[in-house]
Amino acid sequence: MSAQHHVTAGFIPLLDSALLVAAREVGFAAREGIDLTLVRETSWANIRDRLAVGHFDVAHMLAPMPIACNLGLTPVTSDTLVPMALGLGGNAVTVAIDLWDEMAEFGARPDLDPTMTGRALDAVISRRAAEGGDPLRFAVVHPHSGHNYELRYWLAACGIMPDCDVEIVIVPPPLMPDALAAGRIDGYCVGEPWNMASVLAGTGRIVTVKAAIWKSSPEKVLGVSAAWAEANPDTLSALLRALFRSALWCADASNRDDLADMLAAPAYLARPREWMLPALSGRIRIGGGEERLVEDFFIPHAKAATFPWKSHALWYYTQMVRWGQVCATRDNEAVVRDTYRPDIYRAALKPLGAALPGANAKVEGALARPTAVGSAGASLELGPDGFFDGTIFDPDELDIYIVGQRPDPE
Amino acid sequence: MATTSLAILVIDENRIRASIIEEGLREAGHDDVTLVHDVSGIARRIAEINPDVIVIDLENPNRDMLENMFQLSRAVKRPIAMFVDRSDQASIEAAVDAGVSAYVVDGLKRERVKPILDMAISRFNAFSRLARELDEVRGELENRKLIERAKGILMQSKGLSEDAAYALLRKTAMNQNRKIAEIAQSLVTAAGLLSPPGENDE
Repeated sequence: MSAQHHVTAGFIPLLDSALLVAAREVGFAAREGIDLTLVRETSWANIRDRLAVGHFDVAHMLAPMPIACNLGLTPVTSDTLVPMALGLGGNAVTVAIDLWDEMAEFGARPDLDPTMTGRALDAVISRRAAEGGDPLRFAVVHPHSGHNYELRYWLAACGIMPDCDVEIVIVPPPLMPDALAAGRIDGYCVGEPWNMASVLAGTGRIVTVKAAIWKSSPEKVLGVSAAWAEANPDTLSALLRALFRSALWCADASNRDDLADMLAAPAYLARPREWMLPALSGRIRIGGGEERLVEDFFIPHAKAATFPWKSHALWYYTQMVRWGQVCATRDNEAVVRDTYRPDIYRAALKPLGAALPGANAKVEGALARPTAVGSAGASLELGPDGFFDGTIFDPDELDIYIVGQRPDPE
Repeated sequence: MATTSLAILVIDENRIRASIIEEGLREAGHDDVTLVHDVSGIARRIAEINPDVIVIDLENPNRDMLENMFQLSRAVKRPIAMFVDRSDQASIEAAVDAGVSAYVVDGLKRERVKPILDMAISRFNAFSRLARELDEVRGELENRKLIERAKGILMQSKGLSEDAAYALLRKTAMNQNRKIAEIAQSLVTAAGLLSPPGENDE
């Protein structure tokens, strides 16, 4: 490649930084003429701030973060675009062993079924409340994170009010296993490898996974500084092509061991490769010597996993409204729609003959099984994409959905 | 200057840097400064201190937790915004460059808080400069040790005098356009690989 583009990307040491890491390490970025520098960060706040001041051109971001940023919910704001997602799924809910034992008394089984484990958790919470015990404390990584919203969704659907029946606190991912082991929290929702860390240490049990709460659901995205995107459209297109090829590579089972080694290296996650393999293979060790196969635990490429669906952005917006982070207004809705940019994705990937969904949004929860859908380029299969409680999210009926999900519908 | 003094909380795990900032703030006439090095139990501390301004280093992995607390917790009685003024892009850039973030309660006048942020930024920069210089001195010492070992290897294997050994290292470095310490490092590594088992194992 003649023209060299320099791109600096911030990332948090998590398994789903895989697309960025492989884009650099396997050479997909270089093949597009991109000199990709990856900078590891210690907090999402740093990612946001350094993107805002131009230290980073793009970043590994929590899917709701750019939305919160553009809505002005964050202490520092800057226009941020989402032209691509970085895979689907990848999180789990882990609880302390003593809490698991209590849940088991109420019928929780090691099957990751959110309905059953949620019901058991509700029973434990009721008993504790009756006995005058302290409320259980759960940790998530950020208030504007898939973790926060899916944990709350799961709890609420099981009859547990996240803001009164339990306490939800913020803990950085690498500190979660220690906080659990020390009894400072009773459970947490986090991305890999931080669930595996507690399971392998014998201090935690995985009770359910993101892929069971909401199938094929969004998790991390590529956040791009809008000013940078405007000034460097060709570089952005080249980067998206590199990341798309990287996603294909990450999805190939024969590359799994190499990917685990890459992620385990000191510059990236700096943790044992054994911690990476369960999420990559879907063979999830859930504690107590049990293993469950969750084939869609983390989806790097299939099911249009890198497509920035506006319906994903809008669902996160409904959750921000639900939990009192933002008001539902037409203006806010418009900001959310404009944050995710499938148009940029399509324009960049069309030359590759990639499978491109024909629509910008879809009804979430409409597909019960894998279904071929209308697409440009290669053929495309989506779904299943349902919520575990059977609820449907139709982005064209946003107001009805928002009213229907109020914790206290009066 | 300040009619009522502002309560300033500095959260920094690096005690030396925290002290440097505290000193700067006190010199500027701020007497109500609290340093916190450990974030455990921070909610209670914040409730006690009721700060007007909170200064946090960007290396702190708990920034997300702290920000969430400022925005939601009853521990902080007044809403807290970040940085002196969200529209003051230059200040935000200078702060992030320096590795510091500052949160102020809403309604505080910009001209009262700006000097505090400027002070934190300049003290953070001064501390980074010191740390860098210290690293350089350490590196320099390491290099000197390496060169001494490389000289020793050359003296032993080639029967050279100390001066001749150093001259050879220097000449090689110049020819290869590399630093003497790099040549010394290569030589020490190679000698370690080539030595019979048991020797040079340290």
